[in-house]
Amino acid sequence: MSDLAIRNVGMTSAMDATTTNSQRVAAGLKGRYAAERRFKAYGVLAIAFALACLMLLMWTIVSHGYTAFVQTMVRLEITLYPQDIDPDGKRDRDVLSTADYRTPIRQAVADLFPDVQGRSDQRQLDALVSPGAVFLIRDMVMADPSIVGKRVSITIPVSDDLDQLNKGYINPNVAEADRKVSDKQIAWFQRLKDRGLIETNFNTILFTMGDSREPELAGLWGATVGSFFTLAVTIALAFPIAVMTATYLEEFAPKNRWTQLIEVNINNLAAVPSIVFGLLGLAVFLGFFGLPRSAPLVGGMVLALITLPTVIIASRAAFKSVPPSIREAALGLGASRLQTVTDHVLPLAMPGILTGAIIGMAHALGETAPLLMIGMVAFIVDIPGGLTDPATVLPVQVYLWSDSPERAFVERTSAAIMVLLVFLFAMNAVAVLLRRRFERRW
Amino acid sequence: MTTTTQIPATASALKHKRMEQFEPSVVARKVSVFYGEKQALFDVDLDIGRHEVTALIGPSGCGKSTFLRCLNRMNDTIPICRVTGKISLYGKDIHDPDIDVVHLRARVGMVFQKPNPFPKSIYENVAYGPRIHGLAASKAEMDEIVLTSLDKAGLLGEVKDRLTEPGTGLSGGQQQRLCIARAIAVGPEVILMDEPCSALDPIATAKIEELIDELRENFTIVIVTHSMQQAARVSQRTAFFHLGVLVETGETEDIFTTPKDKRTQDYITGRFG
Repeated sequence: MSDLAIRNVGMTSAMDATTTNSQRVAAGLKGRYAAERRFKAYGVLAIAFALACLMLLMWTIVSHGYTAFVQTMVRLEITLYPQDIDPDGKRDRDVLSTADYRTPIRQAVADLFPDVQGRSDQRQLDALVSPGAVFLIRDMVMADPSIVGKRVSITIPVSDDLDQLNKGYINPNVAEADRKVSDKQIAWFQRLKDRGLIETNFNTILFTMGDSREPELAGLWGATVGSFFTLAVTIALAFPIAVMTATYLEEFAPKNRWTQLIEVNINNLAAVPSIVFGLLGLAVFLGFFGLPRSAPLVGGMVLALITLPTVIIASRAAFKSVPPSIREAALGLGASRLQTVTDHVLPLAMPGILTGAIIGMAHALGETAPLLMIGMVAFIVDIPGGLTDPATVLPVQVYLWSDSPERAFVERTSAAIMVLLVFLFAMNAVAVLLRRRFERRW
Repeated sequence: MTTTTQIPATASALKHKRMEQFEPSVVARKVSVFYGEKQALFDVDLDIGRHEVTALIGPSGCGKSTFLRCLNRMNDTIPICRVTGKISLYGKDIHDPDIDVVHLRARVGMVFQKPNPFPKSIYENVAYGPRIHGLAASKAEMDEIVLTSLDKAGLLGEVKDRLTEPGTGLSGGQQQRLCIARAIAVGPEVILMDEPCSALDPIATAKIEELIDELRENFTIVIVTHSMQQAARVSQRTAFFHLGVLVETGETEDIFTTPKDKRTQDYITGRFG
């Protein structure tokens, strides 16, 4: 009886509450919608802040770096007197490659300014053109020895300081002692300009040459080739190992304590700081196996170790995303487990695996610290010709240039960052395209 | 081939009038299935007649699908699953060490609850089984197998002009018939169907049921179904499972008209389930 009474009390109180409940809901509605609006606003603010930071970063890099894509050049009429270059007249390659090309350049500059006298002034006059111009002339002569004895008109880079002056980075109004170019040099440069001998051309040197101590002769090609070789080694090692590992762990391995331990360790490896892998490379690949220092081979091996966990995790996720019904269908037809994997699961997982691999490669392309450990930070002028040649890579080149004192390396550092970013964006774009293409097939 | 010398599973079957012709192709004795510690199936004894449709009915979670998956050892793919007891296909124990599971699955085909065609062309879907088992010596033979299988599955007329189109582009009912064609193409002796119509509309269901009736001439069919009407329409024999126990088995007609067990009666009259 009492039980029933209590229940009745509960019923009536609930029925009384119906009207008030509706009112309560109505009263709370405003606050609930306000909370939703606030939450959305926070989200928009967060995105706006992130975008602003990104824009600031891009703007800083581009505004500092875009001038590096042009180079100030001076047009000179150079007479290549045979007595300077090839006294014997045999056009011997050894003679040509070691000949004195400085004198003809000096002579050509001096011809433009007959009024300049005195040792000190002449030295300042010589400093107008890049000291590396001799190599450009030498390469020209080596390519076509018949020009010896003739008068050639060529453009050669001006010195990095004049280049910076021309680009407006050096203020001619500050005290002469506080700037890299003297008043006389500024005046001479202005005279050259007035005579129409100064050109600003696209900076092909930046894209075709190796590193140099002279900013106007420093290029990214060496680092680009180095990056290419290094990444080739990385992908050749990391991709097959990661795919095999993921395939085995997902499709074949029994789920026991050992495989769990392996899984945990793979996840842990993904979080290990990359410099630790660099030290490992130094100790094991260089110290124990005695592989060459500064070589793309070793760099690629170290980067492969760094990207392996990432690619394995991405590949396993790709395998997991293949519906189990496909495996059942194949097994139900009497396909072996290997046939099930190679005929059905792997092709369906491939877009995910490829995306993971490319993201891993993009990560490896930007990696710097571990490569410092294995000596890829050396100053290397020659373009690497193979996997064991000394080389450096793009991000390390950025690091090296940012460390150089010359004013002209500031813009080149930003330019190198832009080139690196273009490569990264291109790789990510390829990842997106691959995913689209493979997923759209059915 | 084992015939009437086998002792039939239940008393109801023994008394049956057609017993003299009853010729089981699959015989299950004391089959129990464990998922880890949990037992899902308790000592099931069941004979499945050759070229007959046997329906397994029962409420959800009663173990009928689990039993079905024992028959082609699909349960082997679940690591924690353990099967005890004896299942023989034409007198040969399917757990015998000299029976290869790949070979077994070629003899006992399977059609799943949800149509699961491969994301390949219609032709490739059907050709995949014969190809991995090396059943066709030439392209012409393969074409022959594919076309006959599609024909037997009643799909040829609808798809013969678009064999190169993806199998996943077909309607649900067509996809399920494609899956049946794919199973037939391997030339199995037994076809297991795990609720093949549960994802289909009534018209597609009717087509599949018709098809099952035709396929009975050449294949032994075991079908799990939730629908008692479907069991009554397509099957000759019915087995009723409840809570992992095989409660009753017999001719479909008898089960639905004169069930011996109280639980069977409750289930078919809709009192639980």
